[in-house]
Amino acid sequence: MQLLSGNEAVAQGAWEAGAHVGAAYPGTPSTETMEAFAKKDGVYAEWAVNEKVAAEVCLGASAAGARVLTTMKHVGVNVAADPLFTAAYTGVGGGMVVLAADDPGMYSSQNEQDSHWYAKAACIPMLDPSDSAEALAFTRDAFKLSERFDVPFFIRSSVRVSHTKTPVEVGQRTERELRPALDDPRKWVMMPAFAKPRRKAQLQRIADLEQWAEECSCNRVEEGDGSVGVVCAGAVYQHVREALPDASVLKLGCTWPLPARKLRRFAESVDRLYVIEEASTYLRDGVSACGVDVSDTPRPLPTDSELTPGLVRAAFGIDEPAHRDLPADLPARPPALCAGCPHRLVFKELSRMRAIVTGDIGCYTLGALPPLSAMNTCVDMGASVSMAHGMELALAGSDHKPVVAVIGDSTFAHSGLSSLVSTVYNQGCSTVCILDNRTTAMTGRQGNPFNGETLQGRESRELDLEAVLRALGIEDVAVVDPNDMLAVRRSLKEAVANPSVSVVIFRSPCVLIDRVRRAPYYVSASCTGCGVCPTLGCPAIEKVPETGQASIDQDQCIGCGQCAQYCAFKAIEREGE
Amino acid sequence: MGSVVTVLLCGVGGQGTILAADLLARAALASGFQAKVSEIHGMSQRGGSVTTVVRFGKDGVSSMVCDPGTADAVVSFETTEALRNLPFVSRDGYLLVSDTSIAPLPVLTGKAAMPRDVSGRLRDAGAVVIDADALAKRVGSPKSVNVVLLGALAIRLEFPLDAWERVIRERVPAKTVDANLAAFHEGYRFAQQAVG
Repeated sequence: MQLLSGNEAVAQGAWEAGAHVGAAYPGTPSTETMEAFAKKDGVYAEWAVNEKVAAEVCLGASAAGARVLTTMKHVGVNVAADPLFTAAYTGVGGGMVVLAADDPGMYSSQNEQDSHWYAKAACIPMLDPSDSAEALAFTRDAFKLSERFDVPFFIRSSVRVSHTKTPVEVGQRTERELRPALDDPRKWVMMPAFAKPRRKAQLQRIADLEQWAEECSCNRVEEGDGSVGVVCAGAVYQHVREALPDASVLKLGCTWPLPARKLRRFAESVDRLYVIEEASTYLRDGVSACGVDVSDTPRPLPTDSELTPGLVRAAFGIDEPAHRDLPADLPARPPALCAGCPHRLVFKELSRMRAIVTGDIGCYTLGALPPLSAMNTCVDMGASVSMAHGMELALAGSDHKPVVAVIGDSTFAHSGLSSLVSTVYNQGCSTVCILDNRTTAMTGRQGNPFNGETLQGRESRELDLEAVLRALGIEDVAVVDPNDMLAVRRSLKEAVANPSVSVVIFRSPCVLIDRVRRAPYYVSASCTGCGVCPTLGCPAIEKVPETGQASIDQDQCIGCGQCAQYCAFKAIEREGE
Repeated sequence: MGSVVTVLLCGVGGQGTILAADLLARAALASGFQAKVSEIHGMSQRGGSVTTVVRFGKDGVSSMVCDPGTADAVVSFETTEALRNLPFVSRDGYLLVSDTSIAPLPVLTGKAAMPRDVSGRLRDAGAVVIDADALAKRVGSPKSVNVVLLGALAIRLEFPLDAWERVIRERVPAKTVDANLAAFHEGYRFAQQAVG
């Protein structure tokens, strides 16, 4: 018996099923799945530049006969949706499993979209484990089902499945022969003449899947006293079991297609039927469409964010136990850029020049928070570059503040590159800052094309970022040390003054890679309390309330020296300088 | 404590709550319980507030999260975070707080203030406040604050001491086993004196 997270269990299930090839782009809460898979014997695993590429790599390997695993966070499914919708026409060779990891409550995401809708929209069946043991078993079974029904299968998790460790019995790997399915171009060449019959085949498959869903053991009724019946799935099932121990429950292990007859039979066995789900109306709509009368809970359930047992109890009129109130005077504790983070001065200078900043997805999105407050937009991977171009189009001819896109190295490889190609092609005038910290920092420092590190440590090459940019035809490419205040200031000023596209690469490694520490700085008696250095938002610098002077935490300071450059009074010093 | 025991560990990203929760859950398993550990990864880890929930019981555990008023124990690695998580402590719950205070960014920049009279309010809430940093240093293992806290939590749990020791031996780096065992016992001894 092992204690595995849902992510580790999905990886284990794929390995036991004989999966050979895995590809993914990191994204919370899915990241550890491919990392765990990559460590197993007899598998090939890679970080792809984005989820679309990862899904296509896996579809290719599947067509050639291998069982394949691709994993992504919920918004990654948007990126991969293009190949996935048509993979639901072509079907597979070797079994293909796609992990879609949702983030209701948005612990580390820009939205809380529900991946169930993708299953229905793409006609890709979806299994919904509620703990790690199910994550393993459902994944292992999904490979067989994928081959049986000739279609990829989704495993859908949420942060409370992916990042909850529960006991799991692990099994052995079953090695698989390749199961190539390349003989018939009518299966794989999705031009209209061939796609139309595949669409017909898909409709027959849906009917077959609906029949299977009625009978499969993963859709299970747990009989209760019959007065309250609940339909639920995934982590929510665990909350329902905790909150309503006497309820009858239809636990859906397969959330698309839904078992209409089973749902109707269950509805007949209970006085009132409720559907309980998180941040979505997917299940309720689907259950209602099966001809089942769904009751409203006595009190409304929250329609956004995560559920808990207490919220489920509250919806049924059971008050929470007595407890102390949350004190009203607590300071917020938002996440912050690390002490010594190489992104800090770029945001400080962008703030100082009052630029309009289109941001992107990564640690550096924290540049939006006070005191840096240097970001106007953050929407999706790569959007910084394309949105900056759009802003320039709208503002052209007017007297406006400079527009600057800010994007990390890994995000640039993911989809910023294609945005920039489009800007250059259309004779845009954007200023783009690539914050090249040599890693994919937010998700735990994964490899990417620009640092040349691969998931299983294979030899690779660093993509030459400057050469790539020049090859696009961008003449104004500067490489700047982001820890040097004057260099940052000068480079930004020059870049925004350039009437054509300019790119500044701010290159300095994430401080969490090597964790280099130099002698810490301290604040001398010359400090006038001018208040400039605290505006850097460094967690090592405090504005002492009693004196107004600055103070540097000697344990937290890593000696980067960024703040010393902002002190007009030479009051930030260190021994020996 | 009821049939399922809920422990909420909280603190500031980077303080080691996740490792502590992992050790706690494995000690529960080694003591014949079923267990679940729910963590939050990602953006909040960059110095933000973090909570990890461990739940265990003889007959299995359903939900992996903790509602207000339902934590049998709250173990806080930091005093302000202890106040933030006060609503989770159940009646008769054990509130164990490391006597460490970390100012968040809005306080450092002068835009917010630390709460007043933290120690008085924690005392009123029945907290056991432990100078875990000092105890960890005393046994020569300043990085083992989380294991000191586990030792001080262990006194309220029904795990045999040898289950704890086995898990610590298995899960911490080989070179630090003795230091972590010493840290665990230091916390345990402290709690014996503090709560009897």
